[in-house]
Amino acid sequence: MSKSHYEFAPINVGRWLVWGIFALVLALVPLVFNSGLSITILSQMGIAIIACLSYNILLGQGGMLSFGHAVYTGLGSFVAIHALNSVTGGSLPIPMAAVPFIGGLAGMAFAVLFGYVTTRKSGTTFAMITLGLGELVFAMALMVPEFFGGEGGVSGNRMVKNGFLGITFGPPIHVYYLIALYTFVSVAAMFAFTRTPLGRMLNAVRDNPERVEFVGYNTQRVRYMAFIIAGFFAGISGGLGALNFEIVTFEVVGAARSGGYLLFTFLGGATFFFGPIIGAVMMVLAFVLFSEFTSAWLLYLGLIFLFTVMYAPGGVASLIMMNLQVAAFGRLRDVWVSYVALAITGLVGLLGAAAMIEMVYHLQLNATLGSELKFLGIPLDAASLNSWFGSAFVLLTGLGLFEVVRRQFLREWGEIQEYIEKETKRREAL
Amino acid sequence: MTASHSSSENPVSALELKDLRKSFGKTEIIRGINLAVPTGERVGIIGPNGAGKSTLFNLISGRFEPTSGEVLLNGQRIDGKKPFEINRMGLSRSFQITNIFPKLSVFENLRCGVLWSLGYKYTFFKFLADLDDANDLADELMEMIKLDKKRNILAINLTYAEQRALEIGITIAGGANVILLDEPTAGMSRSETSRFIKLIKDVTVGKTLLTVEHDMGVVFGLADKIAVVVYGEVIAYDTPEKVRADQRVQEAYLGSPVADQQVGSH
Amino acid sequence: MEFFIISMLNGLSYGLLLFMLSSGLTLIFSMMGVLNFAHASFYMLGAYVGYSIARFTGFWPALVLAPIVVGGLGALFERLCLRKVHKFGHVPELLITFGLSYVIVELVQLIWGRTALDFKPPELLRGPAFTLINHSLEGLSFHFGAVPATMCSAADAAIRVVCSPFPATRGFMMLVALVMLGAVWLLLTRTRIGLVIQAALTHPAIVEALGHNVPRVFMLVFGAGSALAGLAGVIGGSTFLTEPAMAATVGSVIFVVIVVGGMGSLSGAFVASILIGVIQTFAVAFDYSLATLAQQLGLQLGDAARNNTLVKLTLAQVAPILPYLFLVLILIFRPKGLLGKRED
Repeated sequence: MSKSHYEFAPINVGRWLVWGIFALVLALVPLVFNSGLSITILSQMGIAIIACLSYNILLGQGGMLSFGHAVYTGLGSFVAIHALNSVTGGSLPIPMAAVPFIGGLAGMAFAVLFGYVTTRKSGTTFAMITLGLGELVFAMALMVPEFFGGEGGVSGNRMVKNGFLGITFGPPIHVYYLIALYTFVSVAAMFAFTRTPLGRMLNAVRDNPERVEFVGYNTQRVRYMAFIIAGFFAGISGGLGALNFEIVTFEVVGAARSGGYLLFTFLGGATFFFGPIIGAVMMVLAFVLFSEFTSAWLLYLGLIFLFTVMYAPGGVASLIMMNLQVAAFGRLRDVWVSYVALAITGLVGLLGAAAMIEMVYHLQLNATLGSELKFLGIPLDAASLNSWFGSAFVLLTGLGLFEVVRRQFLREWGEIQEYIEKETKRREAL
Repeated sequence: MTASHSSSENPVSALELKDLRKSFGKTEIIRGINLAVPTGERVGIIGPNGAGKSTLFNLISGRFEPTSGEVLLNGQRIDGKKPFEINRMGLSRSFQITNIFPKLSVFENLRCGVLWSLGYKYTFFKFLADLDDANDLADELMEMIKLDKKRNILAINLTYAEQRALEIGITIAGGANVILLDEPTAGMSRSETSRFIKLIKDVTVGKTLLTVEHDMGVVFGLADKIAVVVYGEVIAYDTPEKVRADQRVQEAYLGSPVADQQVGSH
Repeated sequence: MEFFIISMLNGLSYGLLLFMLSSGLTLIFSMMGVLNFAHASFYMLGAYVGYSIARFTGFWPALVLAPIVVGGLGALFERLCLRKVHKFGHVPELLITFGLSYVIVELVQLIWGRTALDFKPPELLRGPAFTLINHSLEGLSFHFGAVPATMCSAADAAIRVVCSPFPATRGFMMLVALVMLGAVWLLLTRTRIGLVIQAALTHPAIVEALGHNVPRVFMLVFGAGSALAGLAGVIGGSTFLTEPAMAATVGSVIFVVIVVGGMGSLSGAFVASILIGVIQTFAVAFDYSLATLAQQLGLQLGDAARNNTLVKLTLAQVAPILPYLFLVLILIFRPKGLLGKRED
């Protein structure tokens, strides 16, 4: 029996354990990865986790596809950076640690304002409205420099002179622990939301909006309230971002960022609560590390996304859960050989394709450096047919072998699924 | 009885339709229906295909807006109101094509049905697990519709008959007093149907019931009164025996009145 | 006066271009329930492919070949990818076209580079289609083609002469758009395949039961819609700019067009396209802001008000966001759209 409404752990002990481990991980991970770069990455992951989880309130829990979520994280950032400057300037007598909360309130306020118009429709029309609103706010960002700071954005200084217990937020590690705290509380709050009447009715609206009306609920109101709650947490994420980077520019409300939230929340898995957490981690790793490896990373990302939509619409989280289920029924050892084979053949094909893509990029961007490049240590010549034929050969071989292994895998998987069904029925009858 | 089938015993009928009309474009589907259903009555709605029975239900439950005319629930006008408003006033309906929450469990489906009526509205400050009254009520409902063994099964994984039972369960979950059932036994076998009829009788004790049905056995066994809808009008509204003998009804179903009363024996 | 005529024609041509795009989008949406997020990307692809083909064969063959190539790619995408996702619902369909738009933008930049391309219109269309001359003494006159510079200035300083050319590319755009629309209308209403398409628009299962290959019809419609977008791309790319951002600039506007017009309504898309096209074109020409308006009315603004950014914003600066403002207004006052009939 697979569970797809959010049940993180069925037993109480399990629940305390999981949350305890989560808190420990948040607290201890910067001690393990303690370089400057690592702290930055970890901080950004915390921010991204809150943003993606807030996005999934709309997408995974409510079935509302938004193309403009960056509006709320971004506007939260802008309000937060202005609040930060007011705190530094002395005109706002609140602790610096409360600035992200101000961002949250801003996100909520804008969600109240824009959400009224946005949630009047559902489905595809809703998506288009969020797109239009996102473009509107993005365009306005360059028109009102007082608030948005024009091309250069708005900057601030998060350092506090006489910090409580010596916490000045100067060193990045201070900011990390503040982010970790907000992350833990936000994740817990958003998880709790899924166990409340509004949270459950939101799921019902996703599954069958018409039926919801016929059990006494105003579907539009449910969506509007969920939108506001998502906006609140989005604003918190934005506020933390303002604190972390000490500068906010107009891109934070842009379509590229909204697209990023969508892409990675979906990749992580919108159907399970922890999916967006995985997606957020992947998002930060992709933007910070993957982009260094290759300039074609956006293309790879797009292709991965396409494949995920076609073959694994539940994202990484669903893949994990499916395999956990298979393992629970004791059949995982039957497929792990196929998995290894799939991975190897897939990798071979991927290398062939990547070599060709890199060669094209090399010709495009670095033409002045000549036509030779190193691909994973192998010298290639983008001008010579040899390299091209070689790569094509590798690609086709990999694809061919992959296809063979894939069919075998599907047969095995199908058989296992049948077995699971029969077992389930048998256990039910007991 | 005259064309206006109003009952003069109860001053406030549970459900009353006054000259209800509905047109789609130029075509008038419901052509002036007058009906008054007293509280606690069980009405079977029958009629040839395309007569407008489902449209009628959709008009009453707020899925469609009437072109003209009134619908009154316990004396209050509900025409033009949204479905959730009508539901909150005490009317609930089931659907011909099963309309449940596929990705929620049986228990969750029923719990969703009771939340509003218990006053929980849009709260996000309470945990579902702590709502004892909601959980107990959902459990009770599950037992009533005999799905207690399938508590945690996802609705999409139930058999067809079980899904129909769940559909009924959600319909009565909110405690509505006027229940509309749209072809509840559609697609069921003989034995399933008779079991289902008993279920419907048990769970709708004391409520006003309107059922659209094609199965004559079901209707004649379940209903106190029968309303015959033909071409968007109610041509008869009376006890089963009288309706069976009504010439206009025979004409509508058979094409011409039957000389002796050997029609529809069961 | 001539300013009004030229601007009106410019606005109409832009509106017709928007309609060329939004009509394909609406057809695909009405037929398949899929909102093709990558529609504007096919527009861009048409421009780029047209540019490349034109380098070998010149403009006119490219005008025919590029849409065919783009249409073929669209049909291929439908067959290989979109079809797999149908069963998951509308949200995954929108997601996959969203993913496609990402991939197309990246591929285009990969193959053709990130800078704008110089996609010139053909010789025939380089000059103005006609020129209006407003002579303060002789009045308004109409001349085909270009006019020599001598006719545009007068020796006598007291006489004002203004020459307003109307670009031939714009005129050609209008012509192609109208011809295309006429052809599509004829196809849908007068041919057998058109009837099948119209039927499949609302009752695909029944049409399939009657023996028509509905999946193939879907593929054809998607391919045809993409081809139309590609055709618009060849024309738009040669009239305006051919660059990687062109998909994004026009993409969000056509989505606004179909929501404002009413989802699934071709006539609504037409009205909305023309409206938005004309209003935006006029707005760009006006350098007026609230401040200048106050000035004209003789109102005295305080210092604070006069320096306020919002007050100083000219209509020309606001022009890019007018479609989105329109969207918000429609959603507040008439959520169904101008001529919408289909509830989503």
